[in-house]
Amino acid sequence: MISFRVNGKPVELNVDPAMPLLWAIRENLGLTGTKFGCGVAQCGACTVLIDGGAVRSCVTPVSRAAGREVTTIEGLSADLSHPLQRAWIEIDVPQCGYCQSGQIMSASGLLRAKPKPTDEDIDQAMTGNICRCGTYPRIRRAIHRAAEMMAERGAK
Amino acid sequence: MSATMMERREFLKVTVGASSGLLIGFYLPFAGAAAAAPAGEVFKPNAFVRIAPDETISVVCNHSEMGQGVYTSLPMLLADEMDADWTKVRYEPAPVDPAYNHPVFGVQMTGGSTSTWSGFEQYRKAGAAARAVLVAVAAREWSVAPEKCTTANGFVVNGDTGARQSYGLLSTKAAGIQVPAQVALKDSKDFHLIGKPLKRLDTPEKSSGKGIFGIDVSLPGMMTAVVARAPSFGAKLKTFDPAPAMAVQGVRKVTQVPTGVAVIADGFWAAKRGRDALHIEWDESAMAGFSTKSQREEYAALARQPGLVARKDGDAAAALARASKKLTAVYEVPYLSHAMMEPLNCAVDLRADHCEIWVGTQFQTGDRYAAAQIAGLKPEHVELHTTLLGGGFGRRANPASDFVGEAVHVAKAAGAPVKVIWTREDDMHGGFYRPAYYHALEGCVDSGGAPLAWSHRIVGQSILAGTPFAAMVKNGIDDSSVEGAADLPYAIPNVSVELHTTKNPVPVLWWRSVGHSHTAFVKESFFDELCAAGGKDPYQMRRALLAGHPRELGVLDLVAEKSGWGKPLPAGRGRGIAVHASFGSFAAMVAEASVSDGGKVRVHRVVTAIDCGRYVNPGIIEAQLEGGAIFGMTAALHDELTFEGGRLQQSNFHNYPMLRMNECPEIEAHAIRSDEKPGGIGEPGVPCAAPAVANAIFAATGKRVRKLPIRMSEAV
Repeated sequence: MISFRVNGKPVELNVDPAMPLLWAIRENLGLTGTKFGCGVAQCGACTVLIDGGAVRSCVTPVSRAAGREVTTIEGLSADLSHPLQRAWIEIDVPQCGYCQSGQIMSASGLLRAKPKPTDEDIDQAMTGNICRCGTYPRIRRAIHRAAEMMAERGAK
Repeated sequence: MSATMMERREFLKVTVGASSGLLIGFYLPFAGAAAAAPAGEVFKPNAFVRIAPDETISVVCNHSEMGQGVYTSLPMLLADEMDADWTKVRYEPAPVDPAYNHPVFGVQMTGGSTSTWSGFEQYRKAGAAARAVLVAVAAREWSVAPEKCTTANGFVVNGDTGARQSYGLLSTKAAGIQVPAQVALKDSKDFHLIGKPLKRLDTPEKSSGKGIFGIDVSLPGMMTAVVARAPSFGAKLKTFDPAPAMAVQGVRKVTQVPTGVAVIADGFWAAKRGRDALHIEWDESAMAGFSTKSQREEYAALARQPGLVARKDGDAAAALARASKKLTAVYEVPYLSHAMMEPLNCAVDLRADHCEIWVGTQFQTGDRYAAAQIAGLKPEHVELHTTLLGGGFGRRANPASDFVGEAVHVAKAAGAPVKVIWTREDDMHGGFYRPAYYHALEGCVDSGGAPLAWSHRIVGQSILAGTPFAAMVKNGIDDSSVEGAADLPYAIPNVSVELHTTKNPVPVLWWRSVGHSHTAFVKESFFDELCAAGGKDPYQMRRALLAGHPRELGVLDLVAEKSGWGKPLPAGRGRGIAVHASFGSFAAMVAEASVSDGGKVRVHRVVTAIDCGRYVNPGIIEAQLEGGAIFGMTAALHDELTFEGGRLQQSNFHNYPMLRMNECPEIEAHAIRSDEKPGGIGEPGVPCAAPAVANAIFAATGKRVRKLPIRMSEAV
């Protein structure tokens, strides 16, 4: 039995400890916002946070989550109120949308570490996330915009 | 005219459901229905809008949403004519029904950058008809003539009294209403939604993780399967031992299907581990001698022979024979994978007399038909639900219905609802690639430096041959092999374009921008070569030879202006320009690039523009131009599929890389406002990327790129 928290709720899973966290999240917990893209940590579609840091869940054994806090796209906000989600909507980032959960979670990890990221910081944090539709210019703008919103909120 | 046709044309059915509000089903003639619509089928039933008592307007979309924005643009068309309250408008995917057939193709599918323009009248008429019904209901309520009523923002207004009633309320009172099928459409000056950069309706569900793609579908008691497919195309299964796979915990069944061996399990991980444990022997003799090198030799030999004539103006051979200086070039492009971010998948619930399918597909009619054949059912007993598509780019519009057909085979063996998931490696090895092409060119310029002769020979596989679309191959010429080349727009007096169509076991398919994905690269690069040979500025020479083509000129001038063509650049950088018409639209691009001492290409800036005729949502168009440029640059800079000993050598994103954030240039996209007939959006942004970058590299370094992906070691 592997115990951890997902989006604030405790979970207990009786699964192969070597199974990637991705499939535990998607199939055992039914949270399908986290996507399968490559299975080898090349595309970032499966990105989630463990204790606030971005990881590729497709190559992370579920056992590594034991005792820790996992945040998926579903845990970012219940109502699209997270600044990244607001910025994503304001700038109309997604096209097909498949990679966007991973993009948003990577961006979330970035903003936790660097609330005012530079373009170089964005390159560094987001280069592991592929978008085949080519939404990169909008992702960049939306991350800057979300950082602005967070700063405004912080200032109030 | 038959009684039935009369009835279809004249009669508009109105039914009121207890809870679902008003469902409008009506019959409208398709204006401008083209070749593919069979005679006698001019009047197609349509059911595009649902009005709920809570004021929600649901627009039923007959095209699949794969990123191109049709779940926003089609509702905009309908809502504009309907005078609906945009904040109440929702989208839903259409079921499979002839009512939702593509008005031009005559089947239900999404492709060819046709969704918005083919829906332009269809969805507006649907909206106008819905509006007419609601006006008629209100007029009856108020005992006034319908002409006395106006509509705005989801209400019908009584012109005499100023009273108003909402669409939702009126929808509950519509029983018995009949209105004439003839509905007037708005003058374009009265559009209040069409032409505005409205936000996409699907962004919230794509920013919350709630949007359901095919791979996300879950059914009670569902199993997950992966299939061990042939390691090379045409390979035959000799033997396999299911025991090691069955020994894996969670594996329920191991069974042969036509494409290989399916491992059916409780979940993906067990299925994949089971597959990893399988022992299979294959007979790979079909592709044994095949390699990229051997194919190249075969194509090069063919290119030395005359091919089928796709275009002939003047006498290119004679002009070239007389030329004092002749330019000869070979251009090559590789096989490419669509590499959608969502790998292929399909969920099937097969029962004795019914089959239900959930899939992100671009080809509902074909997939449903294929599923019915395999299941031994009639197509109408197969219910296909279109989910969101995690990218399509043509791969999910397969006349062979490979990923749907296989899933039905697996479902027959599973005895339970089952979802087949392809891994990234499976997806990349699954075939149906953009074909590899070999282009041989010769050209010369006149004494004034203008291009005088252009000879272009194309060698490669036909996409349409062997599919139900093969009838579109005319006189041996598959237009998708020569489009963008045979219609060379430049005023060159002697032009020859020829085609050699090859055959081999590698399955091929349309890949975002189809023939234009390679012909634009070749045409715009070789034109640049002739400009250099004639000592001409590539922008000015294009201008001069496009005199009769105002729309190409419009986008060309715009990108030249916005990019600062001719103005100084930082040392080491060059600008390249390209212009190309495709899918009824006209696109141009200027790229700025530099090359490092180590030969690494960096694209710094891209300015791109499109004239797609009357546009529906310029925000979505800009996004498609940005994405199209990146899609085109990915192919230009990174990608090729190669074969050795019959086997594909690439497998995942480490050896089939995508352009990433750190390589992404600044992109400036412009959509030209126009009153011309609407054209395509999804694909026309792709073709100019490779030649604009290649021409920029020439401007920066003097080295000519003739082979994709770009490797400076191969530039000449």
